[in-house]
Amino acid sequence: MFNVEMLSRLQFAFTMSFHIIFPSFSIGIVTFLVVMEGLWLKTKNPLYYQIIRFWTKIFALTFGMGVVAGIVMEFQLGTNWAGFSKQVGSVLGPLFIFEVLSAFFIEAGFVGILIFGWNKVGEKLHYLATIMVAVGVSLSAYWILSANSWMQHPVGYQVVDGKFIATNWLSIIFSPYTLPRFIHMLFSSYLATSFVIISISAYYLLRNRYIDFSKKCLSSAIIVVMLIIPLQIFVGDIAGVNVHEHQPLKTAAIEGVWDTTKGAPLLLLALPSNAEQKNLFEIGIPYGASLINTHKLDGEIVGLKSVAPEDQPEAWIVFYSFRAMVGIGLLMLLYALSAVFMLLRKKLYDSKKMLYISQFMAPMGFIAIVTGWFTAEVGRQPWAVYNLIRTSDAISHVSTHDVMVSFGLMIVIYGIIFGYFYFYFLDKTIKKGPEDTEALQSFGFLGHDKEDIK
Amino acid sequence: MISYAFIWLLVIAFVIIMYIILDGFTLGLGLLFPWIRNSKDRDTMISTVLPVWDGNETWLVFAGAAIYAGFPDAFGVLMSALYLPFILLIVGLLFRGVSFEFIHKANKTVHVWEKCFFAGSLMAVIAQGLIVGSYVQGFVVDPQTHDIVVPSIINWFNIFCIFALIVGYTMLGSARLMKKTVGELQDKFFRVSSLLQWVLLVSVLFVGISSSIGIFDSPRLHLNNPQFILMFSIVVVLLMIAHAIAVKNKIENLPFMALVGIYVIAYIGFIISDLPYVVPYQMTYLDAKVDDGAFVLMLYGAAVLLPLLLFYTAYAYRVFGGKVDEKIHY
Repeated sequence: MFNVEMLSRLQFAFTMSFHIIFPSFSIGIVTFLVVMEGLWLKTKNPLYYQIIRFWTKIFALTFGMGVVAGIVMEFQLGTNWAGFSKQVGSVLGPLFIFEVLSAFFIEAGFVGILIFGWNKVGEKLHYLATIMVAVGVSLSAYWILSANSWMQHPVGYQVVDGKFIATNWLSIIFSPYTLPRFIHMLFSSYLATSFVIISISAYYLLRNRYIDFSKKCLSSAIIVVMLIIPLQIFVGDIAGVNVHEHQPLKTAAIEGVWDTTKGAPLLLLALPSNAEQKNLFEIGIPYGASLINTHKLDGEIVGLKSVAPEDQPEAWIVFYSFRAMVGIGLLMLLYALSAVFMLLRKKLYDSKKMLYISQFMAPMGFIAIVTGWFTAEVGRQPWAVYNLIRTSDAISHVSTHDVMVSFGLMIVIYGIIFGYFYFYFLDKTIKKGPEDTEALQSFGFLGHDKEDIK
Repeated sequence: MISYAFIWLLVIAFVIIMYIILDGFTLGLGLLFPWIRNSKDRDTMISTVLPVWDGNETWLVFAGAAIYAGFPDAFGVLMSALYLPFILLIVGLLFRGVSFEFIHKANKTVHVWEKCFFAGSLMAVIAQGLIVGSYVQGFVVDPQTHDIVVPSIINWFNIFCIFALIVGYTMLGSARLMKKTVGELQDKFFRVSSLLQWVLLVSVLFVGISSSIGIFDSPRLHLNNPQFILMFSIVVVLLMIAHAIAVKNKIENLPFMALVGIYVIAYIGFIISDLPYVVPYQMTYLDAKVDDGAFVLMLYGAAVLLPLLLFYTAYAYRVFGGKVDEKIHY
């Protein structure tokens, strides 16, 4: 059971699940900062300035975590997935090179100015830095998704001596598989971040602190959620149809379909069992799965049993992680509808019940992101590159002992650093709250020329 | 000789030397940390590098990606053969990186993060010493599994490499800090550098002597190109004299430049003695290279984007240039 392959998969999944939180949150916050700083430059309303300064602190903390957790991901490609690197390095390598050159360095080059540059550069240049960081983080999401999409749906390659060589870079970089997934990922970052903003603002409002600040943040985030949730469901649907077309077995696992069926039901609850090659139990809505995946009532869903059991993904993980993601999406929609309704009737800020619920929404988006990735990645198994390279051929020739040591280390360190201390400092920053605008003014940050400031 | 793969090898060499210099002084700063007793001074030290540290570390990400993309076989072999040192490296960098952020935010636990900052830096340097040392000594094929492995990880040569890197990075950190600080704190770094330069001199002599008489049982350390060695040695000695004079007369910009010169030359010597191997004695760069199509794409990308990123990285350094004499705030 715990061989090098399984341990490496678990270690990668474990480190990835932590890592993904930080860049997603960074993408969300910095995009929020771009909007708020733009509004500040336009209106000069100190409230916006207070908002930027507070969220910059949270951004700084989160971005730093993403940088260090990201290095772990990169090095694991060599330490644990050398077989994979040898075979596909020629195709995926250039994508990573472009990610470093066009995204990581932009982030790293401008993030210092974004965080520490307020009294070093002028307002416009600072705003440019904020925009550049936002561009950098979004581009890095694009490059990494283009690499992952190639693993899901390889295009534009040929195999020479057991190695994959790109024959058409444009089709690899601009694969139609990538675009919906990229937008889906950006939207999920915006949503996850919005719910953190909602949660923190509600926390303050319930305690009667930073009222203006919190109202502004809360209402902005709710509007963002309301605008994006319907679009996200639409983009998710496009991504799902793509999966059904190119990775039918992933769809089969998502829907818990074992025998190829026309008019497959949408299972709400089931116990898929790879051992027995069937669902031990199921409740479903007739025709649902076919309608969602093919947009036709009697559309055909290929079943898991169309391939040998050793070529099937672990169905129950895919089945439940997908339902967790979609369930949270629907919950977000419900939340957004009621919050906007209350906002329009001017009851939101006074509703203790709604604010109380809002407080606990913070982790929702991130759970959806992680479970969404479980769906995508476990659904691709047993392949590292769909239908071409088995995960068991992708591993490194290292000892089980070494991987146990590294995985054990990761669990302890990630648990302490990211599991505890990141949240400890996040909590500390939130409890401390935004500086009031007068204090910021006395620092000389507002409405002065930069020459005035030492 | 001049193939796309060779040009990409030069790109990798450039990226690695950038990493050694930029993250080298950052790691050196971490190694100096426990020796500076005054907590305000430590805040100042951190503040000199806080706005730029993740850019410095990005060069390592770039180096990894560049080896992965150009020579994926070598990437896989090196990292699996040196599995635990590489895990130690990323764990060290992880501690170092989070400490940067946490020191700034902590009150009660600040001493914990200061210790982690030092420990993380030290761990990363130890790991790099093990990696460099093992690399220099070369790899062997395991007769049973036919995998390329290292004969041993803990040996005298690797311990020497760790020691040399600690000295080298600490001096680089000290030289950088004398540029960025003032007063008593700056004086401390002049003292540190004037002391450590003798250790560096001894280490350099040791490498020279041990290579010529063959103390370590490694074929590569029996260099066979006397003209090169002579030329390099003369330049290194001149640069060390320049460093010594600058430290003695408190010329604050020169020591860093001199050290950069020394390390670049040492690194060039290192590369020349490696060629054409990327995994010494087992795999040449031509064995490990990808197809030319991938190289062409990457070289075009690098030709456009590398100068651009050097430009805005330099700009960021300029924005945060000058002396730092207090804790930086958001």
